Amino acid sequence: MTPSSTLGDPGTRVGDHSGAVPGGTRPAYVLGGNRTPFARAGGRYAHASNLDLLTAALDGLVARHGLQGERVGEVAAGAVLKHSRDFNLTREAVLGSALSATTPAYDVQQACATGLEAVVGLANKIRLGQLESAVAGGVDSASDAPVALNDRLRRALLDLRRARTPQARLAVLARLRPGDLAPEAPTAGEPRTGLSMGEHQAITTAQWGITRAAQDELALRSHQRLGAAWDAGVFDDLVTPYRGLVRDANLRADTSLEKLAALKPVFGRGLDAPATMTAGNSTPLTDGASTVLLGSREWAAEHGLTPWAAVVDAEVAAVDFVHGEDGLLLAPAFAVPRLLARHGLALEDLDLVEIHEAFAATVLCTLAAWESETFGRERLGLDGAFGTVKEDRLNVHGSSLAAGHPFAATGGRVVATVAQELHRRRAELRAAGEDRPVRALVSVCAAGGLGVAALLEAA
Amino acid sequence: MTTTTPRPALHRPATDRPGPVPGSDPGSDPALTSADAYLRLVQAGPAAAVARRLGLPRPPVLRRHVPGAPLVEGPVLVLGRGAEADALAGLLAAAPAAGGRADGWDLDVHRHPTEGLRYGAVVLALTGLEHPGDLADPVLALAGVLRRLAPAGRVVTVSRPARAGDPPARAAARQAVDGFLRSLAKELRGGATGNGVVVADGVDVLAPAVLGTLRFLLSARSAFVDGQLLPVDSGAGTLPADPERPLEGRVAVVTGAARGIGAAIASVLARDGARVVAVDVPAAGEALAGVANGVRGTALALDVTSRDAGRRILEHALARHGHLDVVVHNAGITRDKLLANTTPDRWASVLAVNVEAPLRITEHLLAAGALTDAPRVVALASTSGIAGNRGQTGYAASKAAVMGMVAATAPLLAAVGGTANAVAPGFVETEMTARIPALTRQVARRLNTLQQGGLPVDVAEAVAFLASPAAGGILGQTLRVCGQSMVGR
Repeated sequence: MTPSSTLGDPGTRVGDHSGAVPGGTRPAYVLGGNRTPFARAGGRYAHASNLDLLTAALDGLVARHGLQGERVGEVAAGAVLKHSRDFNLTREAVLGSALSATTPAYDVQQACATGLEAVVGLANKIRLGQLESAVAGGVDSASDAPVALNDRLRRALLDLRRARTPQARLAVLARLRPGDLAPEAPTAGEPRTGLSMGEHQAITTAQWGITRAAQDELALRSHQRLGAAWDAGVFDDLVTPYRGLVRDANLRADTSLEKLAALKPVFGRGLDAPATMTAGNSTPLTDGASTVLLGSREWAAEHGLTPWAAVVDAEVAAVDFVHGEDGLLLAPAFAVPRLLARHGLALEDLDLVEIHEAFAATVLCTLAAWESETFGRERLGLDGAFGTVKEDRLNVHGSSLAAGHPFAATGGRVVATVAQELHRRRAELRAAGEDRPVRALVSVCAAGGLGVAALLEAA
Repeated sequence: MTTTTPRPALHRPATDRPGPVPGSDPGSDPALTSADAYLRLVQAGPAAAVARRLGLPRPPVLRRHVPGAPLVEGPVLVLGRGAEADALAGLLAAAPAAGGRADGWDLDVHRHPTEGLRYGAVVLALTGLEHPGDLADPVLALAGVLRRLAPAGRVVTVSRPARAGDPPARAAARQAVDGFLRSLAKELRGGATGNGVVVADGVDVLAPAVLGTLRFLLSARSAFVDGQLLPVDSGAGTLPADPERPLEGRVAVVTGAARGIGAAIASVLARDGARVVAVDVPAAGEALAGVANGVRGTALALDVTSRDAGRRILEHALARHGHLDVVVHNAGITRDKLLANTTPDRWASVLAVNVEAPLRITEHLLAAGALTDAPRVVALASTSGIAGNRGQTGYAASKAAVMGMVAATAPLLAAVGGTANAVAPGFVETEMTARIPALTRQVARRLNTLQQGGLPVDVAEAVAFLASPAAGGILGQTLRVCGQSMVGR
């Protein structure tokens, strides 16, 4: 038993450090993960809420690791498309799960980086000795998205509640026009530009001269690699089926360049450059939830769990996509060089590189920026190009193009999958009588010109 | 089971204790009450009267185990003469922890029938039989009280096996018990059952496995075990400190745990004190997570037919729970076809899941030296493997193979106080049997002495008993849980 699970009432913390130097740091580890298979919007999870999905992912994590009735230090998760009633989504999911009801929780929201930011924040708390264990997560349902009232109708209804006399109420109602009754559907549009994420990426794609063929090849590889990982049992310890879905529904392991080439472009059709982005090389709207179990080495040992990888460090960045020259989804191109510089590492020091495939072109633009002498010198302040990512280290088990992208759930999917792979690779090295640090980079772009990158090292 | 039909999570823990055992209370579980509507219909009212007048079957509602309930409801009559009969009667009557070789059971024990008294159970201590004529006294005494046996009462014989070297008269008397008991069981009514313990010569009548078997057969845990004689062949085994929690401190792996009989086994083992590793194929993960969370165990998604299944099971058990004591080979599939119509795939997959996987997993655990502390291997056989069943050549072959497997595995475990045994269910109300056509299903249910199908919990109770420390003297046996099915022995 950990001190935190035996000492005092919920919320009290009594000398609860087990190895941590107060105010100092120690490693925080990824110990496991669990997610639902990802469904296409309107598919198997069409009537599952964010709360249903997140609770299922938590329950699967609890079952896998035997945490029934356990008071985990803290659970942090979030959703991008969120109903206002779900203001305490994560805490509600904890209460509905098999975890102890005395497990605290909070909601995080940083667009598509929500899941990764939850991992980083909780890992930092563990590193500081504030927590012994934690669960980071994320969920999104594009199917069960909130439908908002038109602002004019919403204000009128609020005014109506405040109106005290029949005349005042009539006056409010008289303001309404039939058009006010139409609901506002959720959009993936950027509030400041009015452009959808796909249109933004199309501009960046054209800017960097990324070809249709390169995008289709990346998409094909994502599907083939994810399919191979499923066949090899990589996800046996990472995914629990939900509502009859046992694999990611978006996966098309048997797709081909011919099939992908036959698709019509859907973004960038109004640009001067040829439109290259199709439904095949862009992520579809997806439903799903993911969780990651984090803990100190001591907590892991007490629970018979083997640390997979340490969450070493993280860096966030943002680009001025409204007025500046950088693409909406290009912030990781800045975050990653800063993160690696802090550790004296270069891209070739990484065994695994995970770049979230919002669009195939997002990954290719990021790689192009890193390979560009000009970008390296002028934007990153380096002597030349930042570097190259070898194709066999990039998204080795496929990524969002194949798995789908339930916005806030993507970070958890990537971190758990890559941590397990890091652990497997280090174990292989050791079995062969060698050893060296095995590292992974995780990078996720997000709406608002945001980007989060994290460095993991095999335990 | 390894079918891929999804099912919602069974239950979620609300308290520190494992949840109720699925199928333990047919009255409150809609899935189970709907399974045998006829049984409920004929319990009372006009339907009962019509059924009685027409001579239709009127299956009784069986008494099932509820933690804390008395072992036997009513006084126990112990018939039979001799020192061993006296020792048994003395133990059953003694106060708990009264000293001596085993804690007393604190039952209301009578040695002679009392007029007008309603008995909860009758134990026939027949270990001293030397001549067929010796049977008359105890049997006729039993005859006098049979009509006063309580509903769900018990008759249990304790006897010795007939052997080739015995004097012919002794062998005849001992063998007579077999035919007598099996016939008597068919005469009992109201959910009462008749079973026996057959104690090998040289094994004390108060040996742990004899007492463990006697307790199981007297209790409501053996509700659907009827007409069976279970041999106890050694004095091995230990009696648990708390008979309500015989598996306290033990770590058990259950394959095929996501649903049906496997889920019930996980629940019963957890109720009896075990820490459970629930194993099923990755595709059944959702139901598996529900089972694991319900029993406060851990879920391990793997296909038992994969080459590294044994290694992964062992690694998981050792890392998470520190040791591995009980292995329940429950995962099984059917691919029914007449042999003339079967395909190589069907034949191979049934054998691979039902017997080759248990063989390989057990072999790995033995080779790894992982089973060290009175281990128990329990495998699921089937009455189809005993009596045969048209269209089930592959299934029956695999289930008969399981019986051969446990018989040969038990001696390999003896050095560490371990044993291996099998449970052979008859007709059990599961998702699998729910798919049998309605009329066939109705007939299949009635073809046993108790005139009904068993519940998954009935099979689970037998598994838990064979997994218990007391069962150490039961070596390589197959225990039928079939309500004394008309087919087979």
